[in-house]
Amino acid sequence: MSNQSIAIVNYGMGNVRSVQKAIEYIAPNDYVFLTDDPGLISDADRVVFPGQGAMGACMKALKEHDLVDVIKSCALEKPFLGICLGLQLLFDHSEENDGTVGLSIIPGNIVKFQINNLKIPHMGWNTVKQLSKHPLWHKIDDNSRFYSVHSYYVQEHNKSVACGLTNYGVDFTCAIAKDNIFAVQFHPEKSQKDGLQLLTNFVNWNN
Amino acid sequence: MSLAKRIIPCLDVRDGRVVKGVKFVDIKDAGDPVEVAKRYDRDGADEITFLDITASHENRDTTTHMVEKIAEHVFIPLTVGGGIRKAEDVRSMLNAGADKVAVNSAAIINPELIPALCEEFGSQCIVIAIDAKQVSEQPPRWEIFTHGGRKPTGIDAIQWAVQMTEGDKGAGEVLLTSMDRDGTKDGFDIALTRAVSDAVQVPVIASGGVGNLSHLSVGVTEGGADAVLAASIFHFGEYTIEEAKTAMSKNGIVVRGP
Repeated sequence: MSNQSIAIVNYGMGNVRSVQKAIEYIAPNDYVFLTDDPGLISDADRVVFPGQGAMGACMKALKEHDLVDVIKSCALEKPFLGICLGLQLLFDHSEENDGTVGLSIIPGNIVKFQINNLKIPHMGWNTVKQLSKHPLWHKIDDNSRFYSVHSYYVQEHNKSVACGLTNYGVDFTCAIAKDNIFAVQFHPEKSQKDGLQLLTNFVNWNN
Repeated sequence: MSLAKRIIPCLDVRDGRVVKGVKFVDIKDAGDPVEVAKRYDRDGADEITFLDITASHENRDTTTHMVEKIAEHVFIPLTVGGGIRKAEDVRSMLNAGADKVAVNSAAIINPELIPALCEEFGSQCIVIAIDAKQVSEQPPRWEIFTHGGRKPTGIDAIQWAVQMTEGDKGAGEVLLTSMDRDGTKDGFDIALTRAVSDAVQVPVIASGGVGNLSHLSVGVTEGGADAVLAASIFHFGEYTIEEAKTAMSKNGIVVRGP
């Protein structure tokens, strides 16, 4: 598919240029744009929901930009890719910032790594075990390494959404899939060949 | 299966060229930064660090443009440092496509800078760069030096590393350079690396002194580093990234396979 529009939700949190550059690289004929305009996000064919920094600040920025409703509706309607905090925000609640309420699109909570002798944040290239077949794993070997940087991780309430698993002192869900939503804790835009393949799979995904 | 230790080639960039010199003298040209970065990305580097060592302010735009060009072609994490003084500098580098920004002397001039940057951009993209020099053997003590290792600050390197990384608004990573070893090819200052790595909770990148592949392994196994940074051994073709990973892997270190 070409000439589709892909909105990257830009609410001022973190480095979304990397995400845009990576998608432009793998989908040169598509219209890939950064926006905080609910109307443009709503009209896009696909939505990428990145996020970095602290969850409290992200939720605050989403509300200030009037983006909560459009994110929720897009997550139900069209191919939707959450990245890093964009995965965590989909859940009910996070321990971060003395407790932050999320978007509650998927049931579950975000908790902090509590592991002796392991560096926080979990930063670097770790293996991702694919828990189920999914179009976004197309042409990506099981246990391939992806780049992550995060201090909190998801404990989903319903294991059926878990689609990828990483171990860092504890086994945690690093990818979730539910209907038209796919979300990853790692950064595909920074994970070289396999990351670019995942983004390619996303722009080609017809769920 | 576990988190891999990272190998990070470092581009010291002056006036738009990758350069490398011994203790900042005898500078050698190592090529165009964009081409060099693309080569390392292709060769399996886990990350790239771009340090702008251009002294003059007017070349900042050149740096931003170069970071943009690199970010268009390189899809591994890119850290940019050198001359970062304020939030605006961080923002322009992130907008250009950097993933992390390293802050060095500006954090010494203003110790409130790192917490402020972490609050605004998130700890995950702020790196505290520390240039340390040993000032006493017994007990071992290292101090922070500025101006390419010429100017002492009196600040204890270990305490500084802890101070700059602790709490919710601490930097997410330490780039630790031994000014005694930088450019010498004698290997990392292992005691320094170990002391900082044990003292902080965030990942530590060992830097300064790599002359052969075994130095990389020792940085991890004895120094406790989470990542190892090197420049000249890669720039001038002495070793490839793949050879470095093979050597580390033989020493039992988990690396991202070629």
